[in-house]
Amino acid sequence: MPPKMAIRRLDFFYEKKQALFGLSLDIPANGILAMIGPGGSGITTTLRALNRLYELTPGARMEGEILLDGKSVHGADVSVTQLRRRVGMVFDVPTPLPVSIFDNVAYGPRLQGQKSKKILEEIAERALTQATLWDEVKDRQHTPAMRLSGGQQQRLCIARMLALEPEVILLDRPCSGLDPISTAKIEDSLTLLKQQYTIVIAPHNVQQAGRVADRVAFLLSGRLIEEGPNGEVFANPRDPRTSDYITGRFG
Amino acid sequence: MKKARRREKLARAVIWGAALLVMGVLLFIIAHVLIKGLPVLSWEFLTAPARDMGRAGGIASTIVGTLLLTAVAVAIAIPFGVGTAFYLAEYTKEGAVTRIIRFSAESLAGIPSIVYGLFGFLFFVVYLKMGWSILSGGLTLAFMILPTLVRTAEEAIRTVPRSYREVSFSLGATKWQTIARAVFPSALRGIANGIILSVGRCIAETAAVILTAGSALRMPASLFSSARTMAVHFYTLAYEGISMPNAYGTAALLVLLIFLINVVANALVNRFVAKGNK
Repeated sequence: MPPKMAIRRLDFFYEKKQALFGLSLDIPANGILAMIGPGGSGITTTLRALNRLYELTPGARMEGEILLDGKSVHGADVSVTQLRRRVGMVFDVPTPLPVSIFDNVAYGPRLQGQKSKKILEEIAERALTQATLWDEVKDRQHTPAMRLSGGQQQRLCIARMLALEPEVILLDRPCSGLDPISTAKIEDSLTLLKQQYTIVIAPHNVQQAGRVADRVAFLLSGRLIEEGPNGEVFANPRDPRTSDYITGRFG
Repeated sequence: MKKARRREKLARAVIWGAALLVMGVLLFIIAHVLIKGLPVLSWEFLTAPARDMGRAGGIASTIVGTLLLTAVAVAIAIPFGVGTAFYLAEYTKEGAVTRIIRFSAESLAGIPSIVYGLFGFLFFVVYLKMGWSILSGGLTLAFMILPTLVRTAEEAIRTVPRSYREVSFSLGATKWQTIARAVFPSALRGIANGIILSVGRCIAETAAVILTAGSALRMPASLFSSARTMAVHFYTLAYEGISMPNAYGTAALLVLLIFLINVVANALVNRFVAKGNK
């Protein structure tokens, strides 16, 4: 089966500083790929390259190729807004917009011109259910999202992204700053979601990668050190730097 | 230890003292105006035309003049001011152009209003032959409040967290959708504060208004009529010693009007953003 997304010889620069060096990586469909590595390894940069969100950062540019279903995401026939609907993203800090819970989830569909209240309500229920938040908020969807707890806010952000029915989901340390129970809830929903979606996650620690990932990629200083199935990378790392990192010797 | 505690007490006393003094002076001024002016206010004072230069009768025409002049100025200045602010904050990179625009706006904000009045008089009244009129005055006041409007609006737009924009773009929004749906609602309160400030300046302005809108006491027939604003009327009544009671009445109404505009504007903004914040 061809990979859902593929990164080919990706060099990435912030002004003159190079952040990624010749990165090549396949993202298989319907699985969870965890990208691990110490801070500054270029993981966030990689995620933001996949949905072209890096283009918002002044001075950021890339060379190489990123493919979605075998087609370049920079192709002339690709609209960047369409790409970002297909490749959804959740950020490391919960970022609800200062509107109601419902309006947060409806934000994406409304951008596409969906006005029907009934359809928006159906979308909201489905997305919030998938993000395991529905039972907690179904009776107060029209209250401000800012009043939710941190863990609920992050699940709302996941629901808001799911409302667009994306194909690929990028999660950039989605559980940093959350308590263990909220983390467990998010991890539970990820294992359900992977049946339907392709997921790339930057976990907030190595243990989380071990719990949720199908495949693991280890990056160091902008280079891919090793990539393979979860069990193999953790049980028999091929590179000494990988074993140093996962046993906690640095990072 | 003891010394630190004494200093703490002293600092507290000084800070409280400063706040009380400021509050006291402000309250004294407002109370003075209201005590002298409120008894003059009556239905007739608000609705009747002025007679005998304002010695008798009411101030209806100056209320209309004030509202029209301010409305014209704000209606012209808001689209340009808020538009410029969005251009500076969202649509352009920092560079020579933005520095020049910002430097101009900051310099213009510090220029005395009478200079705007002179410009308005020479350009609108004389050169464009618009005469002393609400339109000339409104355009002049629009120029006068533009710098403040641009600066406050840009400030408000820049305080909207970057994450709101990223979220919006990551959900497939275009630039315009992001600005209209994610940035603008969050910046609205700050923009509205700048507008309220500008409205206040328009209502309070005298020198620039006399030079460009004139000071005719007749009820204005159209935007091309000359008009006298409440502030100008108050100035004339007091300076020329025509009627101090009526001057105070006009002043009291000015204070109440600005108070009312603040309350209404805040209520409107609250209603608009109520769903989300807090």
